[in-house]
Amino acid sequence: MTPELGYAATVVAFGLALYGSIASAVAGRTGRTALVQSSERAAVGVWILVTGCMLLLVYAFLTFDFSVRYVAINTNRGTPFYYRITALWGALEGSIILWTWMLALYTLIVVVQYRRRHPEFYPWVLSAMMGIAAFFLLVMTIPAPPFERLTPVPPDGRGLNPLLQDSGMITHPVALYLGFTGFTVPFAFAIAALATGRIGDEWITITRRWTVIAWYFLALGLLIGGWWSYHVLGWGGYWAWDPVENAAVLPWLTGTALLHSVMIQERRRMLKIWNLTLVILTFSLTIFGTFLTRSGIIGSVHAFSQGSIGAFFLGFLALVLLTSFSLLAWRMDRLKAQGELDSIFSRESVFLLNNVFLVAAAFTVFFGTIFPLLSEAVRGVKVSVGAPFFNLVNIPLFLGLLILMGVGPLIAWRRASADNLRRNFLMPTAVGVAAAVIARALGIANSLVLLCIAAVVFVTGTIVLDFLRAVRARRRSGDGWAAATLGLLRRQNRRYGGFVVHLGILVVALGVAGSNAWSLHTETTLGRGESVELGGYRVRFDGLRASEESNHFKVTGTFTVSNGVGSRDVLYPAKKYYAQEQNPIAYVDYRLGLIEDVYLVLGDFARDGSQATIKLQVNRMVSWLWLGGLVLTLGTGLAILPDRKKAA
Amino acid sequence: MKRRAKFIVGGVFILGALGYLIYAGVSQSVVYFVTPSELMAAPVSGKTYRLGGMVQAGTLKWEPKSLDLTFAVSDGKTAVPVRHKGTPPDLFAEGRGAVVEGTWTADGHFKAATILAKHSEEYKAPDDGAAEPGYKELLRTLQGSSGK
Repeated sequence: MTPELGYAATVVAFGLALYGSIASAVAGRTGRTALVQSSERAAVGVWILVTGCMLLLVYAFLTFDFSVRYVAINTNRGTPFYYRITALWGALEGSIILWTWMLALYTLIVVVQYRRRHPEFYPWVLSAMMGIAAFFLLVMTIPAPPFERLTPVPPDGRGLNPLLQDSGMITHPVALYLGFTGFTVPFAFAIAALATGRIGDEWITITRRWTVIAWYFLALGLLIGGWWSYHVLGWGGYWAWDPVENAAVLPWLTGTALLHSVMIQERRRMLKIWNLTLVILTFSLTIFGTFLTRSGIIGSVHAFSQGSIGAFFLGFLALVLLTSFSLLAWRMDRLKAQGELDSIFSRESVFLLNNVFLVAAAFTVFFGTIFPLLSEAVRGVKVSVGAPFFNLVNIPLFLGLLILMGVGPLIAWRRASADNLRRNFLMPTAVGVAAAVIARALGIANSLVLLCIAAVVFVTGTIVLDFLRAVRARRRSGDGWAAATLGLLRRQNRRYGGFVVHLGILVVALGVAGSNAWSLHTETTLGRGESVELGGYRVRFDGLRASEESNHFKVTGTFTVSNGVGSRDVLYPAKKYYAQEQNPIAYVDYRLGLIEDVYLVLGDFARDGSQATIKLQVNRMVSWLWLGGLVLTLGTGLAILPDRKKAA
Repeated sequence: MKRRAKFIVGGVFILGALGYLIYAGVSQSVVYFVTPSELMAAPVSGKTYRLGGMVQAGTLKWEPKSLDLTFAVSDGKTAVPVRHKGTPPDLFAEGRGAVVEGTWTADGHFKAATILAKHSEEYKAPDDGAAEPGYKELLRTLQGSSGK
């Protein structure tokens, strides 16, 4: 029953979404309010139906309904309870449901929030969002049906990919998809602005918070993905420039550019075409990412299934790009900038440069990712470019962006006077340079790390300087320290939220630089009782034991880790044997620390337990990435607080 | 006009720098995808290749003490001898697909820097996997050895 019900719900939802999209577009042209209300009801209907689909699939997972192919492949009777729920998005079909559901939810929020506001935009926004939802429902109907039947019904399922049986996999896709789908809202408003010809700054003001939230979830999704890669995959890294990772970072880069460039439009009425282009690009890149990862056209370590789904996404991508840029070209005459760049030394120029760097980074990542395709098409040679390419090209760009991060928020609009520059940047620059000199004296020789330290200290200096000045100004009007600080954060939450986000990025940057420069690793085979030393740690192999767990069989090593200061710890890296996998999966054990992590992987072992081959790593400053994510969260929270002026 | 010219010069400079970075990046890190037959037809020592094929049955040797891993990657016609320093990855075995990245050496073997085992997502009946590595026996030998 479940498969039929689910399929029927999908088809009806597709019909409703298509109807709603067309009806609200007609309403947008003719102004017939009855049609708008009708498509609102369709939007609510779509959300209810997609929620129904999701619950049906969860129900199928919880009841081990192996007549549903997706359930049979992604779970088995041994799969623990919560992984049977998260198995929902463990593979393609289910992730598309999750995506569609979030999109339907966002549409519902848009309906609730804006039905009485922005009557010119609203029908078009609804039309765009429901059109996109219709596409995803079409995908759920034809190339990736989650409710496909499996006959004969197997007695047990294959089971969820063991690598996905991890807490990171519960949250990573959710955060990532909230980010991806979140960009639909600013995109829909941009389309509405183009369709109505109201291409002032209204759409930007309305969608600012949406863009920030989408950007934040995408950042969070990327960081959780890094954490998953780090503690599950057993190679000790968090980022590999894999096509799948690149696909997720592309919209983040253009989204970051968008967040900054809209400020120029708000303030100076410039960059109108550019902002529309960025929002179109960002949304298109979320679709492109799915195309890239799901079409199997680029080899990736992430094993994803292939099929006709690639063609669907490519077609939709072409439709989105064609429609959006045609609209843009049609409205070109109304998009003339009202301001212009006065000087290279101005906030506009620095923000523009920030955009150039971010888009350049996005372009190089895009280029590197599709390079194998380009090369094969042009020269007929199968080649690829690996991590060295991405690092070489992006390190200068990101270092540049770090420095701009310090300059942008403080430099004057229009034209910075020599006095403005001196007042804001002399001290931070001096402190940044001094920090690098001190770091060099302390024995840090890596020039990239030194540059990174200088940039980070410089930016921190500008933020602290600006904040202290502002607090002091408020103190003069009689506030105490605490009241002045809190009042400032509350009153200028957008500015200081942005600053806190910047600080989060700085912490992540230090983590990236430090972990790349200072991490140590070794690989060795130890007999029982033997030990190996690395980075001041001594790791002794004490023995192996075997055990049977609920859905797998496990061989666990016992290793005693001691450092020179007498602290001792025992690590238990293991190998897990799942019936559905041909080979064992390594289970990493680690001790996280602020400065360094001890990270131990059990490689190979003698069947009598007398010896074990291990990979031992002392990874430095990796925790700063996760800490940076925390700071990023605080900053975003501050930045999206409701406006105080309007509320009062 | 003068201001405009400045911005254009700046833009051209940035584009030029970016173009150079991409060019340098590509030429430094380009990796050629080859099959064993393609590689053996014209091996160039020092060039980075990504070699894909099957791990030939009967060729896999692994020395835990020295971490020396040797095997041959074959496409059914030609086999390439590969040497690697390190533990074989989890999904790596004879008769299984593998992709190795590394360089061809002048003394006639492929020096692998990384090994990627091919992972399949095909549906597989759940009960025939249990027979493979002989878990039960492993459980016995390990429990016997740990003395518990």
